[in-house]
Amino acid sequence: MAEAAFTVSFAGPLVTFQDSGRPGNMRYGVAASGPMDRLAFDAAHAALGNTPGLTAIEISLGSLNLHCTEGAVTLAITGGDFSVQHAGQKSSSWTILTIRKGERLAISAGKAGSWAYLAFAGMLDAKDWLGSQATHSISGFGGGALQAGQTFKVSDTAIREDRLGEIMRPNFLPDGPIRVVTGPQDQHFASDSVTHFTSDTYKLTDAYDRMGMRLGGPALHLDGALSIPSEPIVRGSVQVSGDGVPTVLLADHQTTGGYPKIATVISSDIDRLVQFRSGQTLRFKAMTSQQATDEARHYATQKARYLAQISVARGSFEQRLMRENLIHGCILD
Amino acid sequence: MEPQFKAIADHALLVTFAKDISDEAHAYVIALDKALAANAPQGMIETVPAMVNLLVSFDPITTDHAAIEAHVHQCVRGLKVQTSVGVRRVVQVCYDGPFSPDLDAVANATGLSAQAVINAHLAGDFRVLMYGFAPGYAYLSGVPAPIQVPRKPAPVRDVPAGSVIIAGPQCLVTTLTMPTGWSIIGRSPTAILTGDPSQPFLFDVGDQVTFERIDTATFARISKDSSHG
Repeated sequence: MAEAAFTVSFAGPLVTFQDSGRPGNMRYGVAASGPMDRLAFDAAHAALGNTPGLTAIEISLGSLNLHCTEGAVTLAITGGDFSVQHAGQKSSSWTILTIRKGERLAISAGKAGSWAYLAFAGMLDAKDWLGSQATHSISGFGGGALQAGQTFKVSDTAIREDRLGEIMRPNFLPDGPIRVVTGPQDQHFASDSVTHFTSDTYKLTDAYDRMGMRLGGPALHLDGALSIPSEPIVRGSVQVSGDGVPTVLLADHQTTGGYPKIATVISSDIDRLVQFRSGQTLRFKAMTSQQATDEARHYATQKARYLAQISVARGSFEQRLMRENLIHGCILD
Repeated sequence: MEPQFKAIADHALLVTFAKDISDEAHAYVIALDKALAANAPQGMIETVPAMVNLLVSFDPITTDHAAIEAHVHQCVRGLKVQTSVGVRRVVQVCYDGPFSPDLDAVANATGLSAQAVINAHLAGDFRVLMYGFAPGYAYLSGVPAPIQVPRKPAPVRDVPAGSVIIAGPQCLVTTLTMPTGWSIIGRSPTAILTGDPSQPFLFDVGDQVTFERIDTATFARISKDSSHG
């Protein structure tokens, strides 16, 4: 079986191995982890024609530089609008390329987005914990964070010439406010707090990692002191600490907590939310749980259609040129 | 107890039995958790038991809040609620020397001798209330009233894994090196994260826990053995 080997020349903080996650362990204090942006992660695999959910690398704004030391493999880079440099060529995320022995690849913060994904046409094998290679960032359990000097291998590698080039970006994401279902403790907040939360503008602070994002904006005050027994938390819970500051909990969230929660971000808006950058402003909008369910189903349908579209190999460069010629007339001088 | 239901976004239902912590409310949480494990509604992904409520998470593509709520309602009607149903687990703890930096402070705060604090801890009737915070962090209820102390005003950094810590009525054996504001009264070589794929976590919620005192030499021997295993 063909293999490719890589050395990590540089990895910023929070560059981690992630597969689709380890649901089912929240009762033991273990969040599902997995990719922050599940849509971009799934797109990287779909565009390569991979089995969904395989281990990939999640890249933060801290960037990742790799050196291919053995073999060759086709790879996909998706998520946000990151900068990509490969063998002297500059491009951006949502691209498929083949890397060969001796070549370097750098993926760094580009124009937009907070997380990018690097998936390989092959098997990336990282450390397993509880049946998943997803990294739980606080404990370091699972695949773990990539470190400069580290090496890793991709086995069962393939070169997929018929998939090279740009990946169509998702075009079905709404760009309005982030939708939430209020509660479970919304009734304990001062009457204008929920209104503030769903009508004012918030700013994403620097306190943003895989556990959650702290927001800046109007303080959300409780209607009197409230002490709730610690209760379960989900990805998307918006908890409000004693100082009135809301935090949206994300992929590596703690599983229980005693801060009151004013709302929960609907699952179909999480992929969009996590790509905001520190300093960007955002707004929230309340919807009913029934509307949220409808949105989840709509999103799943759109996502499935999109992944099916990008999973079709477009043919070799020659085949594509031929097709372009037939459709659009001769494009060669 | 009649539960209250609250929809969490599109993918979970929070079932709450009481506002305040009580043995009865927790017994209901555990009973419902077991009932759902035995008879899971279609589309359920997992349940998360906590002190007074149970989270039921589900796949919104195949089910919804109303269907899950109807199923939970049915389960609650037939619920057999028992206290003291958990398995008894033994956790070894060394209260000696460098492993118990806050033992004297707890003794001072409670007007007891260090030995009396240890004896009270060993005599405690502990139960796993819930997990939270980080993998394997099991919150145990049952710290005897005479040795209950509040949290410290500021957390201490880099508290080693295996620390046995107390705050108010709760006790916890840490699994990671983490900051904590709780009082550190001992160190345990007993692995909560067992490394055994068939039972990766030592406790289930509802289990009873007994602490067993060991000396420094025994601690060193067990720690050495487990690091080779």
